[in-house]
Amino acid sequence: MMNRMPCILILLALSLALAACSGNKTKPEQEGAQGGQPTTTEQAPGAETMGTEQGGTFEGAELDNPDSPLYKKVVHFDFDKSTIKDEDRDTIKAHGEYLANHPAARVTLEGHADERGSREYNLGLGERRADAVAELMQAFGASDDQITRVSYGEEQPVATCHEESCWWQNRRVEIIYTDRG
Amino acid sequence: MNRSPHILVAAALVILSAWAAPARAVLTIEIVNGVEGALPIAVVPFAWQGEGPAPDTDVAGVVRDDLHRSGQFETLAVSDMVERPDTQDAVNFGTWRLLKMDYLVIGRLMPAGNGYRAEFELYNTHSQKRLTGYGINASAGDLRALSHHISDLIYKELLGVEGAFSTRIAYITAEGAGDDRSFALHVADADGYNPQTIVRSAKPLLSPAWSPDGKKLAYVSFESGNSSVFVQDLASGQRRRIASFKGINGAPDFSPDGTRLALALSKAGSPDIYVLDLDSGNLRRLTDHWAIDTEPRWMPDGRSLVFTSDRGGRPQLYTLNATTGATERLTYDGDYNAGASVGPRGRLVAMVHGRNNDFRIAVLDRHNSVVKVLSDGPLDESPSFAPNGSMILYATQYGGHGTLAAVSADGRVHQRLSVSEGDVREPAWSPILSR
Repeated sequence: MMNRMPCILILLALSLALAACSGNKTKPEQEGAQGGQPTTTEQAPGAETMGTEQGGTFEGAELDNPDSPLYKKVVHFDFDKSTIKDEDRDTIKAHGEYLANHPAARVTLEGHADERGSREYNLGLGERRADAVAELMQAFGASDDQITRVSYGEEQPVATCHEESCWWQNRRVEIIYTDRG
Repeated sequence: MNRSPHILVAAALVILSAWAAPARAVLTIEIVNGVEGALPIAVVPFAWQGEGPAPDTDVAGVVRDDLHRSGQFETLAVSDMVERPDTQDAVNFGTWRLLKMDYLVIGRLMPAGNGYRAEFELYNTHSQKRLTGYGINASAGDLRALSHHISDLIYKELLGVEGAFSTRIAYITAEGAGDDRSFALHVADADGYNPQTIVRSAKPLLSPAWSPDGKKLAYVSFESGNSSVFVQDLASGQRRRIASFKGINGAPDFSPDGTRLALALSKAGSPDIYVLDLDSGNLRRLTDHWAIDTEPRWMPDGRSLVFTSDRGGRPQLYTLNATTGATERLTYDGDYNAGASVGPRGRLVAMVHGRNNDFRIAVLDRHNSVVKVLSDGPLDESPSFAPNGSMILYATQYGGHGTLAAVSADGRVHQRLSVSEGDVREPAWSPILSR
């Protein structure tokens, strides 16, 4: 569980390659579901958008280029904090500028918390984290109507152990492109 | 001849038998610690005075289990009962004193109309006096409820407080992982029997809250992608979507008179406390602060609430006047206090009490501001007071699973409520159910 994020990214890349080969918008999704691949619900919207850029523009690829700051689509936080860490500013800046340059692009920012403390408070905390990312994206030119925010609090952990090695992974905002513009 | 009615009948029978089957408990409740000096009591099996076989429900057995589980009583095993009297004339008090029993319950069960009648008497074995006794009728399907009622009467007679045996608990389960994750909201009797699933969803469910008449549950569901608050009628299964604004729709709590629902909504930016009038739909905002204001809980008088806010930097509990919106900080002890549950008299407030990464259930006495830590942590949450104030149900981690536990308000009695698999969380104790 601890090393799940890299796996998810590889899966994303693979399914993108499949989408590009088949040119079929829905097929990769179905295959993923039938093949029982360990995809998570959070990925589903991401997988869907890959089909939409079947037109073959290069902008889409930029989001999937491991050398691009746009490649990273999750940022992490300290316990009970929503302060953006210095190391994540470039990631958020890149996505903010991407949104500014692609007015049709849309993202959902999913805010999450670790399991500690009360669930309803953690819903608030997840939302505050999503807000912090949204505000910084807007500072770099993204507009408010390009960004949807949703908080899942502690309800959707990516790692399930009861210690910091899992907790830090769960204190996160996921940047999910619902339309790459 | 058309076959489909047969198939339908067969299907209906399957469903009915599945429905009728569970008198069994899914949650098993065990005492981890009882009270030292618990009251010794013998509950003799009730004599069956009907034609034919006795009903399946062992009334005296249910009563015995109730009293034992409360931690306040030490019950005598049936195998140790050398006599089994069913009338006062047949009681040899000396026998029960030799068995070190201070109290004795005897009773009889008989048919009455389409149901049953139970009669029982409670004695002090030392004074040899009858302390109380009742005859109670119940329909055939309500023998467990009748038994819990007897437990309540004995509890009240001997401890001077209302029992909480005629109650139910609501709780959330989560099973599976990733795409196969599923969530369900269940309701069961307070002893874990008669579990019923009232909502099932692939998306998170949280924050169940009982209406004061025990007939409805409010809860939060993510089934539409974002959080929404629903109110569901337990008997019919019908539900109403109460709040699905932009942002967070969470933390429902019924006012003591059942006419209003307190909520945390972030539609105006950050989560704030609102009160929704359930009849008119009128929504009133009570707090307006950049902080996270959430988990409103009504005080018993219906005039003020307790809520969680991090307006002071970390989450702490505050009181809130429901008329003026005036707030006042309530907790100072510890760096994290949240998720309040207010006791039935409003004096005690249970909460998640965090200190250096250790989260336990604690109770604040509002009269003297003393905070008493009741649980062992380190990841305890979601306290819920029993309607008689005797116990606090909460969620904890045990054996790698989310499970439920209960602790008496004085911290002396500890119970563990376990299920075979999956995670159990967010317990909510019902009000006392009228029979």
